[in-house]
Amino acid sequence: MKLQISSRLAIFALLELAAHPERQLSVAEIGEKYGISNHHLAKVMHALARARLVRSVRGAGGGYQFSGQARRTTLLDVVNLFESSAAGNGNADAERTVEERALREVLGEIDDIASATLGSITLATMLKLVERHRSRLQHGGLNA
Amino acid sequence: MILRKEPNKQPTTTGEAVSIRRVRAGDVAEVIAIDEHVTGLAKAKYWHEVFERYGKRRLADRLFLVAETCKAKGRGAIAGFIIGEVRAWEFGSAPCGWVFALSVEPDARLRGVGQALLAAIAQEFKKAGVSKMRTMVARDNRLHLTFFRSQGMMAGLYIQLEKELE
Repeated sequence: MKLQISSRLAIFALLELAAHPERQLSVAEIGEKYGISNHHLAKVMHALARARLVRSVRGAGGGYQFSGQARRTTLLDVVNLFESSAAGNGNADAERTVEERALREVLGEIDDIASATLGSITLATMLKLVERHRSRLQHGGLNA
Repeated sequence: MILRKEPNKQPTTTGEAVSIRRVRAGDVAEVIAIDEHVTGLAKAKYWHEVFERYGKRRLADRLFLVAETCKAKGRGAIAGFIIGEVRAWEFGSAPCGWVFALSVEPDARLRGVGQALLAAIAQEFKKAGVSKMRTMVARDNRLHLTFFRSQGMMAGLYIQLEKELE
């Protein structure tokens, strides 16, 4: 499964902000960590602000702050802000052949599983997963 | 692997103590009531049979645990239950702990009861010598999927397949 770049940026930005909800981070600070252009990230942050997942904080030290609910917001909620759920697996009305219908059934199965996975992982769960990876990395590093 | 006689007490997310212990015959009516409340279907015969199989026999491999919160204790009520067993070599799988039922009374949710039940059964599975726990959830059941994910469970190696019989 491949996510569009905007979806990936949005997830990374939300994880940065949701990890410390009291903290404000600028687009430049988030962009630097992930090597992302400020221009692209700014657009993503606007979309997240419209969805009320982050709030813009003005003034010195301003930036963005997490304003969503980490235990309620799933990766699917985020991805749906940037990607059409009606991905190109064919349209039942436009299909002329049984082969097209059969292929749509198989691709639909993949989409259903992807949606179930993204829809069941909240930002809070992702933060735990990030910590697990950090811990493995540190453990591996100590053993190295 | 039999649970200690003293219930396993764990704090819930609200700080309320929850006691996890093996099911007793007197709990079955409450298990039936919770399941009926949650699913809308009364399955008394099924739960009595489950109690016979998982609450009384082969207790070294089978776990039927209930959660009592202090608050619920006054009313003699059970807040939730979990059932599982160690299964070996099905589908070629090495011995592993299977959880096939987990239910929490809706009024007792969001207090960490499900989390405490899952942690208790995981501990018992580990004592039984298995290092993996497995369950199956309908992919449109967002509530259950989200819960198991929040407890660190990820998709396993197996894919469930089925077919309509004509």
